[in-house]
Amino acid sequence: MYFLAAEGGEAVHNPIIPAWEEIVVGGIAFIVLCFVLMKFVFPRMEQTFQARVDAIEGGIKRAEAAQAEANQLLEQYRAQLAEARTDAAKIRDDARADAEGIRQDILAKAREESDRIIAAGKEQLAAERATIVRELRTEVGTIAVDLASRIVGESLADEARRKGTVDRFLSGLESTGAR
Amino acid sequence: MFGQANVLAQGQAEFPPSVEDFYLPSILPWGAHDNYWFTKITLMVWLAVGVLILFFLLSYRNPKLVPTKKQWFAESIYGFVRNNIAVDMIGHAGVRFAPYFTTLFCFILLTNAFAIIPFFQISPNSHIAFPAFLAVISYVMFNWIGIRHHGFVKYFKNSLIPPAPWYILPLLIPIEFFSTFLVRPFSLAVRLFANMFAGHMLLLVFTLGGFAMISANAWLAPVSVLSWVMTIALTFLEFLVICLQAYVFTVLTASYVQGALAEEH
Repeated sequence: MYFLAAEGGEAVHNPIIPAWEEIVVGGIAFIVLCFVLMKFVFPRMEQTFQARVDAIEGGIKRAEAAQAEANQLLEQYRAQLAEARTDAAKIRDDARADAEGIRQDILAKAREESDRIIAAGKEQLAAERATIVRELRTEVGTIAVDLASRIVGESLADEARRKGTVDRFLSGLESTGAR
Repeated sequence: MFGQANVLAQGQAEFPPSVEDFYLPSILPWGAHDNYWFTKITLMVWLAVGVLILFFLLSYRNPKLVPTKKQWFAESIYGFVRNNIAVDMIGHAGVRFAPYFTTLFCFILLTNAFAIIPFFQISPNSHIAFPAFLAVISYVMFNWIGIRHHGFVKYFKNSLIPPAPWYILPLLIPIEFFSTFLVRPFSLAVRLFANMFAGHMLLLVFTLGGFAMISANAWLAPVSVLSWVMTIALTFLEFLVICLQAYVFTVLTASYVQGALAEEH
């Protein structure tokens, strides 16, 4: 700053004192600049930034919505699947129970049938046996009477006596047989 | 620029350079020494304004969501000031000041840059009128914002009365008043002005010094070369100062606005 001091006397200009003309010119120029940039440029930039933010956030939001929907669907499918599994298990159990019931029914019926058949057989047997016994009794009586007639030589034609004798004999046989 | 070219062409550049080297003859009327309406300095200011308006209007004529290179560049300037200065200093409320801060930053940066652009080679900001005008705007702006936000009384109470014991207040209040309401506009203006003034002066000293030495004695030619190399190195330094001062001016303005908006002292 030596030269400033040395030439201070002859210096026309003082750098610290602003020239008012320059203030006016600089002021007008700067205000014009401010007006144009702050009115036409930067607000639009802010709008663009906002639009960009919206675009990105909208994208994110859409993706989140899609994700949520997918999750919900998945949950739904899972629930449905679980339900279906429960249903299937229930159906299986029911079927098993039904089968068991049917088996029991069939078994019972078969047993009944067999019992019935056996009973019928026994009955038939008894009836046949009774018939045979009756026939035999008649036949045996006749044969025995014939035999006895031959042996004794006399006819035992008297029905009532003959029958009583044979019957008595057979009863004796049966009682000895039963004893 | 013509004035300087004339001075250099005539080979009469005086060494050491003086304040008068900052006041070139006016362009219209040609060669007048006491007319400041249309000089190289004011021409550069208009040029800066024109270039900035053209650049921003052209690059933002048709903005798209996916920006073109030009649009991206314009957006990143605004985004830088908006996010790294306005929002960083003031918070979310700072967004509404971002357009002014960006205009301020671009204007100072470009007018500063004239200091090292060939054929301009002097910054309008080395004339205190321009920094002073910007500082006055910042000063009026932060006070206006503070008064509108808090109301007149509360704003001055907030600004002047720090949270301190009562017995120290008589000392603190004048200091606060002095630093907030008297010094701020001057420090803003003088900081920018002095940096650009000193930068231009340094470049002048080394450039003209080289000429002075080589014309004084041919044996001093190597020193002259060294002097010019220094000029180149100092040009890089000047580039740093140019960016830094534009940033500092904007950040300080933002900080004053933040202080005016702050709830507590």
